[in-house]
Amino acid sequence: MTSKIKPAQGAPYARIMGVGGYRPTRVVPNEEILKHIDSSDEWIRSRSGIATRHWAGPDETVAMMSVEAAGKAIADAGLTPEQIGAVIVSTVSHFKQTPAIATEIAHRIGAGKPAAFDISAGCAGFGYGLTLARGMVTDGSAEYVLVIGVERLSDLTDLEDRATAFLFGDGAGAVIVGPAKEPAIGPTVWGSEGDKSETIKQTLAWDVYRTTPVPGGDGPEERTAPEAVRYPAITQEGQAVFRWAVFEMAKVAQQALDAAGVSPDDLDVFIPHQANMRIIDSMVKTLKLPESVTVARDVETTGNTSAASIPLAMERLLATGQAKSGDTALVIGFGAGLVYAATVVTLP
Amino acid sequence: MAATQEEIVKGLAEIVNEIAGIPVEDVKLDKSFTDDLDVDSLSMVEVVVAAEERFDVKIPDEDVKNLKTVGDASDYILKHQG
Ligand SMILES: CC(C)(COP(=O)(O)OP(=O)(O)OC[C@H]1O[C@@H](n2cnc3c(N)ncnc32)[C@H](O)[C@@H]1OP(=O)(O)O)[C@@H](O)C(=O)NCCC(=O)NCCS
Repeated sequence: MTSKIKPAQGAPYARIMGVGGYRPTRVVPNEEILKHIDSSDEWIRSRSGIATRHWAGPDETVAMMSVEAAGKAIADAGLTPEQIGAVIVSTVSHFKQTPAIATEIAHRIGAGKPAAFDISAGCAGFGYGLTLARGMVTDGSAEYVLVIGVERLSDLTDLEDRATAFLFGDGAGAVIVGPAKEPAIGPTVWGSEGDKSETIKQTLAWDVYRTTPVPGGDGPEERTAPEAVRYPAITQEGQAVFRWAVFEMAKVAQQALDAAGVSPDDLDVFIPHQANMRIIDSMVKTLKLPESVTVARDVETTGNTSAASIPLAMERLLATGQAKSGDTALVIGFGAGLVYAATVVTLP
Repeated sequence: MAATQEEIVKGLAEIVNEIAGIPVEDVKLDKSFTDDLDVDSLSMVEVVVAAEERFDVKIPDEDVKNLKTVGDASDYILKHQG
């Protein structure tokens, strides 16, 4: 017998209620990067806009940074940890395949027994998490969802790779998504381009380090790491990625504006993924954003923190008064996959 | 309709002006994008994509590095335009 099943039902709409960030204490200037690569402060600044980035110390783990950012976001939303019904963590730099870091974070913030899981969507991770959270709030799976983007990309940086050594930073950004009476998170324009999966990637899979017998193999030697295997790091085809980011992502950003029914003139704030100032400048130009739009340029002092970059930049704009609660913001993330996600939100 | 070399150079000059702010009249056949026109490797990517759209050509990344001067680029476009 097919029984009648009650449908999942939640709030009419969802909104971002609070935001929080954590930046590691150690600030790394370009001079320090130059110890390992043949480059210059001037070159790094002109090609990327990056002057300094934060690199995490031994105690500033993925979990620790997340807990700090989450605590601030929960307080900013006026909630207590027990009210959090789900925790979504986007990261590519948590080095244990299992369990998900989200469960430890949920426990450490004192959230009780929320649903908790990790997602892997590179630099689009915040938008992916936000989209899941919006769905969970409006279908009733959770009343309040904590979305965290967190990275320790310094752990995946090859300090001797001229093309990437200066790009990456560490940090955590978090938002709370909860119920709303009016729409405050627009439709998400998102997708993937797996034909370009090789353009940003980790150089080697972790199993290069395997020293125990391989199932079906002849013995421990089968897939043993060569004596001096270069530690896995993120590499990229810089120009191909630049071309894609500048031209394809401006189109996606425009589609997100159109989907939300918001024109560039109605926009207060633009928060693109903080990958490279040149990408940001070019997108602003292509989108013909009016001067009145505040543009996040956090990359200058934060570097590229992948999934953490958008909430970190959002927090800084609000904290410094460059943006205010209720402002309309376009957010777009893009990166390894290649993947992307863009939407229009009301700032908390 | 395929563009003539003159039209291509004029188009490139407008693109370089838009992207790097170089006066249109400075963009001549023998000028090097990086050395004479202040177009760095990333601006070059933007120039190339703008040229692709304008002249209906495909310029793959591996060919971009051979386009040192305005003349190189206009020859390439002349040969490959659709
Ligand atoms: C990484 C990036 C800044 C490199 O710039 P680029 O212009 O593509 O660099 P290239 O490797 O083509 O090198 C161009 C020139 O600079 C030189 N160069 C490269 N790296 C250098 C460095 N770190 N310092 C100084 N010079 C450098 C090269 O030798 C080359 O010189 P040449 O023309 O005389 O041979 C750029 O490609 C980029 O930011 N791409 C987007 C990447 C990104 O944001 N990814 C994340 C998205 S989530």
